[in-house]
Amino acid sequence: MTAHTLPLTISDRSAAQRDAFGNTLVELIDRDERVYVLDGDLANSTKADKVSRERPEHFLQMGIAEQNMMGVAAGMASCGLVPWLSSFACFLVNRDLDQLRVVVAQPNLPVKIAGAYSGLLTGKTGKTHQEVADIAVLRAMPNMTVISPADAVEVRAAMLAANDSDGPVYIRMTRDAEPIVFTDDYTFKIGQVITVREGSDITIFSTGAQTVRCLEAADLLAADGVSAHVVHVPTIKPLDAEAIAAAAAKTGRVVTAEDHTIIGGLGGAVAEVLGELQPTRMRRVGIRDTFGESAANEDLLQKYGLTPGHVAQAARELL
Amino acid sequence: MSLTPDRLTELKRQAIHLRRLVVESVHHAGAGHLGGPMSAADMLVALYFEVMNIDPQDPRKADRDRFILSKGHSSIGLYAALALRGYFPIEELKTFDAIDSRLQGHPDMAVLPGLDMSSGSLGQGLSPGLGMALASRLKKEPFHTWAMLGDGDSQEGQIWEAALVAGRYQLDNLTAILDLNGLQQYGWATSAGYGEASRQPPQDNPVDRWQSFGWNTIEVDGHDIPQFVDACQQAKAHRGQPSILIAHTIKGKGISYMENDYNWHSQPVTAENLKQAQDELAAQEATL
Repeated sequence: MTAHTLPLTISDRSAAQRDAFGNTLVELIDRDERVYVLDGDLANSTKADKVSRERPEHFLQMGIAEQNMMGVAAGMASCGLVPWLSSFACFLVNRDLDQLRVVVAQPNLPVKIAGAYSGLLTGKTGKTHQEVADIAVLRAMPNMTVISPADAVEVRAAMLAANDSDGPVYIRMTRDAEPIVFTDDYTFKIGQVITVREGSDITIFSTGAQTVRCLEAADLLAADGVSAHVVHVPTIKPLDAEAIAAAAAKTGRVVTAEDHTIIGGLGGAVAEVLGELQPTRMRRVGIRDTFGESAANEDLLQKYGLTPGHVAQAARELL
Repeated sequence: MSLTPDRLTELKRQAIHLRRLVVESVHHAGAGHLGGPMSAADMLVALYFEVMNIDPQDPRKADRDRFILSKGHSSIGLYAALALRGYFPIEELKTFDAIDSRLQGHPDMAVLPGLDMSSGSLGQGLSPGLGMALASRLKKEPFHTWAMLGDGDSQEGQIWEAALVAGRYQLDNLTAILDLNGLQQYGWATSAGYGEASRQPPQDNPVDRWQSFGWNTIEVDGHDIPQFVDACQQAKAHRGQPSILIAHTIKGKGISYMENDYNWHSQPVTAENLKQAQDELAAQEATL
């Protein structure tokens, strides 16, 4: 497949992915009576609390007990329901990983895992609550689909697609309001990569909210006369290897960008594909094998090397 | 409703056959668990032949009772029960643990119809049972969910997470069965250390523990089929709380050299072991 082309610009609207999560859960329940929300006592952070107030019969409090919550979801899914889990990414990926492996992924049950507060920007909670390896862990697990949307609009679109998929899906989401780049008529297709800016000098692959920062990076590069080809990769698994290789071949230089460790995430996945199909010089922009800390968002992006300037600098190193 | 004498004899015969199939299958496979399937054998027969609403010809019918073997390493006991009940040919037990078999070392619902949940990593069986019981309530599909736990299995913290949450939801359509056989793979030392075969039991005061989590508890002899069937009916009839049958059992029950010996948790069955087990079971069947 080739990349779908959908030129995006940073709009003057902004919204938090977690608000889109809460709103879309209500929408899903109204569309599909099989949908139930299981909460690990964080609904008023993840914004699943909207369901508890507006569709209370579809909201099940599971308490601070993630292992049990994942198992309950498996049992419900085995009976034809579609459970959505509400908790932080750091807990959903780590505390119940064996339950996810044995009773969800191995039987391929349609449990939808919504990892809130992924990445470094978790509202000054620090390394215990920052999940920067979820893509790496879950894309290594058979039967999993792993999605990392760019903005609130894409969160909604991805949730609609995830709900219709027959197997387990992980969606990683961020906490704070970010600029909107997608338009409301956008339809998410699992596995599709999207060219969000056409260019000829360097290819930038990005995922999650980092795609918005890569559009800013492309502007910085354009000011230097460098034409960046920006490809948003919202589905890290299944990964469209042919589209990745073709986009790399277009410029012969690749930068990857993610609010995630450079080990095993988007950068790792792209390196695996290019190593086999299209060997290309590349730089990975992401968290460099370290845990984070609690601090303001802008300070975290700066210290851990995730700003548009860091992406642009990585690109210049390859020119 | 009490069992007729003929029916009870038939169930006892099935339990003897189940034990024979377990030993023969493990002998054939060259590996497998024995002590746990033997302690569970009489209860598996009671559940699959007498208690549960199931249809081997339609293993996925929507309103069937659900069964989860949380102590998934006793899989060969469950497979033997399913085969005897007609879910698949008894001959298929010879494929246990072999390549491409539906009878995996631990239960895999993805490949074997009749399994309601995968299991094998301990402590994970009660939570899906809770999910099934919730689904029954939410979908207004009346069925009962049964989850068999081990006493070693219940050392995992997740069991107690599930116990806490099931109590809060007052899931009276969920019954756990604790196969309290008193041993685990290696076990906890006694005051005499690890130098002898004796071990501390895996669970202390299970009745008090489960009651304190909001469960209705029923103590039962897990090898007394009429008593166990009656306890199952009591559990189904109990309202407002989930129930647990605290089933006192003997690990390795029915094969003299396996009984109460932790070494028979899992080990190969030699031709000599097999012959002795077959002889002992034949003698038991002759007394029916």
